[in-house]
Amino acid sequence: MEFHYHIEGGDFSRAGSASSEIKKILKQLNVDPRVVKRVVVALYEAEVNVVAHAREGEMKVALGPGVIEATISDKGPGIPDIALAMQEGYSTASPRVREMGFGAGMGLPNIKKNCDRLDIESVVNAGTTVKMTTFFTG
Amino acid sequence: MKVHEMIQPLALVACSGQQGLDREVSGGYTSDLLSDVMGHAREGQVWITIQAHRNVIAIASLKEIAAVILVRGRRPDEETASASDQEGIPVFSTPLDAFEASGILHGLLNAATTPGEG
Ligand SMILES: Nc1ncnc2c1ncn2[C@@H]1O[C@H](COP(=O)(O)OP(=O)(O)OP(=O)(O)O)[C@@H](O)[C@H]1O
Ligand SMILES: [Mg+2]
Repeated sequence: MEFHYHIEGGDFSRAGSASSEIKKILKQLNVDPRVVKRVVVALYEAEVNVVAHAREGEMKVALGPGVIEATISDKGPGIPDIALAMQEGYSTASPRVREMGFGAGMGLPNIKKNCDRLDIESVVNAGTTVKMTTFFTG
Repeated sequence: MKVHEMIQPLALVACSGQQGLDREVSGGYTSDLLSDVMGHAREGQVWITIQAHRNVIAIASLKEIAAVILVRGRRPDEETASASDQEGIPVFSTPLDAFEASGILHGLLNAATTPGEG
């Protein structure tokens, strides 16, 4: 099974709606609630990063037996130094975005903690692809 | 403890999401940083914050937060209130600041889990 959602850059009023749809689907499929909780945190942070930092993007979630694989790819500025961006507290969020409570520099660390495998590829001035994999039993 | 049991001690005004007044409260989390809440808040907790925009409800829903308390008299905007109604997650406003509200909630939760005391 595979699900696709469009993510619009800058549209904070809809931020999180793709993650919320996936949460509903995983619950309907009776995936272990602990697994759903982790996946949802990671998906939301990747979705909001597209909204906050990129122009537009797509979330693709593939469900297989015992595995959830999500790919969030965007067109945007890209990340020049991924290791730096992964550090807790590092953020280039604008003052407007910070005022809303985003920009703590905790999104990527949250993703890392809440999936089993994380792979980030980015090209400056082109875009970023975040691929996260979660394994589960039952 | 139920959500509605916080109303009097915390001087709460119920703004929206009142279908959720009977939800069970398991704890509290106080933060204005959204990804801090995303990473660390747990299901059933009450979220105390000054942030009153729509994304607060998106996060509260994803995290299965029991209720949101807006401090220092903040009120939810229209979008936030209608999202709260839709999700059934109560949003309250209190004149207290985050420190005072957290202190009182902490006391209530302790009293609720140690019967016979206080
Ligand atoms: N999709 C993206 N496109 C471009 N830059 C990104 C993207 N995702 C993350 N970044 C860069 O990495 C930094 C750290 O991201 P992270 O999600 O950890 O924190 P944040 O988004 O700034 O704040 P928070 O997630 O805590 O609200 C961002 O500030 C930004 O510079
Ligand atoms: Mg982020």
